Amino acid sequence: MRYLPLTRADRASMLETIGAASVEELYHDVPDGALLDAPVDLPSHLGEMQVERDMMALAAKNTGASSVPSFLGAGAYRHHVPATVDYVIQRGEFLTAYTPYQPEIAQGTLQYLFEFQTQVASITGMDVANASMWDGATSCAEAVLMACRATRRKKAVLSGGVHPHYREVTETYCQFSDTEVAGRDGNPEQQATVEELDDLIDDQTACVVVQYPDVFGRVQDHTKLAEVCHAKGALLVVVFTEAVAFGAIKSPGSFGADIVCGEGQSIGNALSYGGPYVGLFATTQKLVRQMPGRLCGETVDQDGKRGFVLTLSTREQHIRREKATSNICTNAGLCSLAFTVHMSLLGEDGYRRLATLNHENACKAADALDAVDGVTVVNDSFFNEFTVKLSKPAADVLEVLVDKGVLGGVPLSRLYPNRSDLDNYLLVAVTETNTDEDIAALADALKEALA
Amino acid sequence: MTFTTHTGNRGLVLEEKLIFEQGQAGRTGVDLPEPKGTKSRLGGLDRDSDVGLPGLSEPQVVRHFTRLSQKNFGIDSGFFPLGSCTMKHNPRINEKVARLPGLADLHPMQPESTVQGALELIDQCAHWLLVLTGMPAVAMSPAAGAQGELCGMMAIRAALDARGENRRRVLVPESAHGTNPATAAACGFTVDSIPATEDGRVDLAAFEAKLGDDVAGIMLTNPNTCGLFERDVRKIADLVHAAGGYFYCDGANFNAIVGRVRPADLGIDAMHINLHKTFSTPHGGGGPGSGPVVFSDALAPFAPIPYVVRTEDGFRLVETADENDGTKPFGRLKGFHGQMGMFIRALAYMKSHGSDGLRQASGDAVLNANYLLARLKDKLSVAYPGYCMHEALFDDGFLKDTGVSTLDLAKAIIDEGFHPMTMYFPLVVHGALLVEPTETETKESIDQFCDAVLSLVAKAQAGDAEFFKNAPYLTPRRRLDETAAARKPVLRWMPETA
Repeated sequence: MRYLPLTRADRASMLETIGAASVEELYHDVPDGALLDAPVDLPSHLGEMQVERDMMALAAKNTGASSVPSFLGAGAYRHHVPATVDYVIQRGEFLTAYTPYQPEIAQGTLQYLFEFQTQVASITGMDVANASMWDGATSCAEAVLMACRATRRKKAVLSGGVHPHYREVTETYCQFSDTEVAGRDGNPEQQATVEELDDLIDDQTACVVVQYPDVFGRVQDHTKLAEVCHAKGALLVVVFTEAVAFGAIKSPGSFGADIVCGEGQSIGNALSYGGPYVGLFATTQKLVRQMPGRLCGETVDQDGKRGFVLTLSTREQHIRREKATSNICTNAGLCSLAFTVHMSLLGEDGYRRLATLNHENACKAADALDAVDGVTVVNDSFFNEFTVKLSKPAADVLEVLVDKGVLGGVPLSRLYPNRSDLDNYLLVAVTETNTDEDIAALADALKEALA
Repeated sequence: MTFTTHTGNRGLVLEEKLIFEQGQAGRTGVDLPEPKGTKSRLGGLDRDSDVGLPGLSEPQVVRHFTRLSQKNFGIDSGFFPLGSCTMKHNPRINEKVARLPGLADLHPMQPESTVQGALELIDQCAHWLLVLTGMPAVAMSPAAGAQGELCGMMAIRAALDARGENRRRVLVPESAHGTNPATAAACGFTVDSIPATEDGRVDLAAFEAKLGDDVAGIMLTNPNTCGLFERDVRKIADLVHAAGGYFYCDGANFNAIVGRVRPADLGIDAMHINLHKTFSTPHGGGGPGSGPVVFSDALAPFAPIPYVVRTEDGFRLVETADENDGTKPFGRLKGFHGQMGMFIRALAYMKSHGSDGLRQASGDAVLNANYLLARLKDKLSVAYPGYCMHEALFDDGFLKDTGVSTLDLAKAIIDEGFHPMTMYFPLVVHGALLVEPTETETKESIDQFCDAVLSLVAKAQAGDAEFFKNAPYLTPRRRLDETAAARKPVLRWMPETA
């Protein structure tokens, strides 16, 4: 086997040094009958060529999102990732390192984490960010738990504009810790007003969670909501699914948000059928010690030179055990590196231009689709994703589009399976990767499907 | 010869500023088309201030991250015996196939008809895990080991709730990884610690005495964090079941027994599998991980959504609870469907090894650890007598009266060109040194490590504490002031204010 360097002679001489007759003898503590004496019923080893062939055969049964005009979003976005990103993350010193427990030989990882934290804090408009979470949805759940710790309250109000997966994960995390998750149903036709959310805030409310832009694509100012929350002793949590957006719209920090968290996939990371992605998590200086996850900080070494270490670990499970701020251990290291490299390439000009191009393409697509009979663009405002209402159920229309070689969007029925009132709605995402031909193909396909 | 250079660089060891200290306005590392100036529809919330990102060209970015990488130690660099983390070789074929456009370029919300190969791949990966563990069901979505624990313990909470029982006490050995008690607490359980015996296993009598009708279950790592197989594991399973509780097994050390022992034969109800340990998906400087959880029949109905099912018309992804199929999922743990990129790599690894190779791999891992133990046991102090499994545990007794600590020794090991072992874990052993060579190391590299450690131990015992206190000497940075970092945290770069 190509990954196993021990020779037969090695094994024999090692057993002799150990003083054991066989490897089986080393397993003598295994209870009677539980030690297998033959391989389990699975195929035998394969050479690299055969493995590659098997995996290519599986890959060939899929339609790659870039192989056809594709308009899927709803929390995962197709963007162009520069070749440099994949080169850097495949360097073995990054790929095969682990959590920087020995900082003297992990300054590479620690310095990029410090740069990552600075980038995340910058785009969200917050004071500080952590070294990443698992994904946007778990970040949302952790933000709610953090708000409960910080306020010593046990209720979260989720706006109807929050992605259903984020809501479901938050409910899952809260259900066994006596934390109530309240909120409103999502409605693409009508946005919740500050007054409506205000009515749901009581003296047990730890936080209000809104998504910006929201799951239907709308862009809404939450400055007033922040004031309402703070007046009632609650925190404002702003979640997001598209990190490119902050190159074009005001940062959540500018609203007075207390925690800003969400999905970082769209910068540097492949779609990869939903994972691994990277959760971004930022907050204010005041709340930093309530944060979950790992944090990298600056310090000096014995010779007085600047260096970086993991810090404030007294919040974490390996020190605090059952009293930790979260059970998270490993985070999304390599995905945060991909984010950092892509963001470094973009820089101020690139990041803002990328966001502008996304928005302009989305405007173009919205106009093209709105001109199709049986299609109505619902949104007044949007960044690179918007909701359209169709004259037929969206899931059926999408299947027709698949036959025409177009991945037309995400039907709301997939996100809200129990909401028959949303059956005719389709979520359409448009990025810099979509060409004019793609947009025309989508409009034409919809025209035919709805005729 | 010691001298300082003008630049601060030392040959190949190059100083590297933060990107924020290198940026120039007007530089960029991407060429994007000129925007057309379309009137915006951003709800009046157009960004009106700078983000504060530095501008760098592509060659600068490449050089920056190349230089940073050179300050890192990975498995590709050398021997990395970090106990309990299983730093085995990460095959490059896994990286190659994970990047096939037909796998990497799939949107999670594509219609099922366009992702049949992806669903089949998840199903195949699940099948390997089920056969290797002997268990009837698996949840693939957990994002990492710690989330796998959450998944298992939530299923236990849901099963107890379904039984209408208010059991809230979870028994956790004191040698457990910190995520175990943290997870139990996150599921609303209280943690009751079980002591260990003199030979590093669960104290069966103490465990039995703690059982009662308020006990939800036990969280037991097996092989345990001392690198030992819990020889009473079946008795523990029988006792906890007889008391009405469940057996959560932390599968962090499954790599020691894969292909040789099926956890199902030990009586477990749930176990997470760290794909980044046992099945070689890269640790990536701290993730991403992936933590599928296998379940017994008792817990399987409570497994989270989503999951893949095979039907006559192909594979389906079940994303919502269906009250009619007898399942009662406790909820959703993660956005979308799990760490697909990791399933691809793990499956490529399992296919490469095959049933025969996986068995050989666990055997070699245990052989390497016992060889290392045999080579060091006379000069270091072995924590517990007898053979170990995949990792060898020592306490710091051999450093007594030398003035050298486990940490000091680890720092000197760095200068010898190795990544140190895990230090001060598990907590049950004083000044613990947990060494896990893995099966992908040669006998020669283990010998070289052992020779180096033995020479350092001799040096420590000869009274040269000062040498150790100041190690490492040869690294890009020497010992870092962690106290200062925590006292006044600087967690981001800030522009200098005039």
